Amino acid sequence: MKHLKPLNAKARRIDADMAAQEEDVVALQQAPRPHVPMGCSLVFSPGWEVDASGGTAGLCQPVERDIYDCYVTCFWPVQMADHVNYSADWASNCAAATKDWRSLDIVFP
Amino acid sequence: MTVLLDHRYRAGEMHRFDASGAEFVYLPAAGALFAFDEAIVAILTLVEQGVVVHSDLVKALSADGMTAADAEGLLREMRMVRLLEAENVVPQASIVDAPPADYPLQALVLNVTNQCNLACTYCYEFGADKISTQTGKPKYMTPETARTAVDFLLDSARDRKAVHVTFFGGETLMNFRLLKDTVEYANARAAETGRRCTYSLTTNATLLTDPIIDFLNDNAVGVTVSIDGGKESQDSRRIYKSGKGSYDVIEPRLKSLIAKHKTRAVTARVTLTAGNTDVVGIYRHLKDEIGFHEIGFAPVTTTDDGHDFGLNGDGMSDVLQGFHDLSEEWMQYALRGQMHGFSNVSETLSELVSGTNKSHPCGAGLGLLGVSPGGDLAPCHRFTDADEHVMGHIDTGIDQEKRTDFLTRGHVGSKYECTSCWARPLCAGGCHHEAFVRYNDTGHANLHYCDWIRTWTDRVLTIYGTIAVHNPEFLDRFADRKGLSS
Repeated sequence: MKHLKPLNAKARRIDADMAAQEEDVVALQQAPRPHVPMGCSLVFSPGWEVDASGGTAGLCQPVERDIYDCYVTCFWPVQMADHVNYSADWASNCAAATKDWRSLDIVFP
Repeated sequence: MTVLLDHRYRAGEMHRFDASGAEFVYLPAAGALFAFDEAIVAILTLVEQGVVVHSDLVKALSADGMTAADAEGLLREMRMVRLLEAENVVPQASIVDAPPADYPLQALVLNVTNQCNLACTYCYEFGADKISTQTGKPKYMTPETARTAVDFLLDSARDRKAVHVTFFGGETLMNFRLLKDTVEYANARAAETGRRCTYSLTTNATLLTDPIIDFLNDNAVGVTVSIDGGKESQDSRRIYKSGKGSYDVIEPRLKSLIAKHKTRAVTARVTLTAGNTDVVGIYRHLKDEIGFHEIGFAPVTTTDDGHDFGLNGDGMSDVLQGFHDLSEEWMQYALRGQMHGFSNVSETLSELVSGTNKSHPCGAGLGLLGVSPGGDLAPCHRFTDADEHVMGHIDTGIDQEKRTDFLTRGHVGSKYECTSCWARPLCAGGCHHEAFVRYNDTGHANLHYCDWIRTWTDRVLTIYGTIAVHNPEFLDRFADRKGLSS
């Protein structure tokens, strides 16, 4: 953290938790170094990812969490959280998908 | 058409304060304490005026010379600690966790007698607020009962490495023989399983003798003395049944106790009542003239029906002013790296250091239970011998149904008034016993002292911030303060 300074034990735990999230998942082109793990998509485009075999079984996240890109940008009526009628809050805790994708919840219609 | 979404934020739940020119925030949802910089001040200023949009905040920060990436990083930090939260997020209904059914016991308070040689006019065991029903019950605990209680404690503590026994009354030293027997028995029993038992007692000091003092020193028994101050304060309400004051009896005994008891701190516990609110004067006397290591103060427990000892508004303002002055002195000591004996600050500060966030106001019914002279279990020493609050017996174990009811009621999540209070992590609604006396429900929030708790917590936060700026290493001394056992 750059702007907040933890001053007690609980604050230090929050700090450690945030730090642990920084590099626990690394995209292919992302620092510290590019790497290609088995079974992952080649680009971070939530909603359009397939694994190395062309399916969704080998993705790091359940496919239900990978529909974010449909929700944010896509007009095509695929199966995704409906941000017009029913699930307007679905992504309210996810300001930047590449960092906050853990905050996306699963929607059960 | 592509629709890009933006996010709207509001300020999260926080208590801001400043100290020594620096800005701090206490986050009640976690019990976390942070210092923060000017950039965060700017965002909080914007968000405190109303809901703001993510991209506007980024623009505002960029206009102040921050790169877009840094601005995103800053907003992310604020979101992660919940200084900012999404505008349309609603708090979940309070969660009242089911009490743990098998919480290992850590401490027992043995009411070794319900008899007392004093008749302090404000005593909750004695006056109009009495809830105990002692008729027909043993007045003194027998050695057999105490030994069974020790066995019960060691069994229920399971794999804890250390347990604690507090001796309480009545006047504890009216049953010193039992105390001595129990310490010897518990030491032996604990040693059999490679464990340790520590001890403390509360006394009015009238019955202290040299052999007793030697015993307390040899066994490292922590001693808390109930005392109200100098002669005038002490003799106005801490009196014998004849009406005679107790100061002249205890003064030489206290000096002897403090001179000879070197293994544990000797603490004074002062009850503040109408007419006895000179906190600084009492402290000076007990610290400088008598020599106590630590002195703690608490306003008297009372119903609101006009006892002559209850503290009214003026009395409470005097007490708060006294607490403020004495805590200032505490802080000056801390800045010089010295410990000061005003334990109300030390206690609150050590809870802030660890970031305590309580589900219950204290350990009553969880790791701690009270035992009546007859062996009945109660949530704590203040409930012993009160039929309505019996929670099992040392022979038969804990009455889980009663315990669950007590802990569910007492959970901070079930106290509606506490849900919006920033001081709830430390207070959790306050004393179960005081709530029962005042509101006839152990699970009622103690609303009559909310302002007091918030004012006091804010005061100690300010002290915390000041020390964090000027002498941060001093705070490390409080990290293990409550580390009773593993």
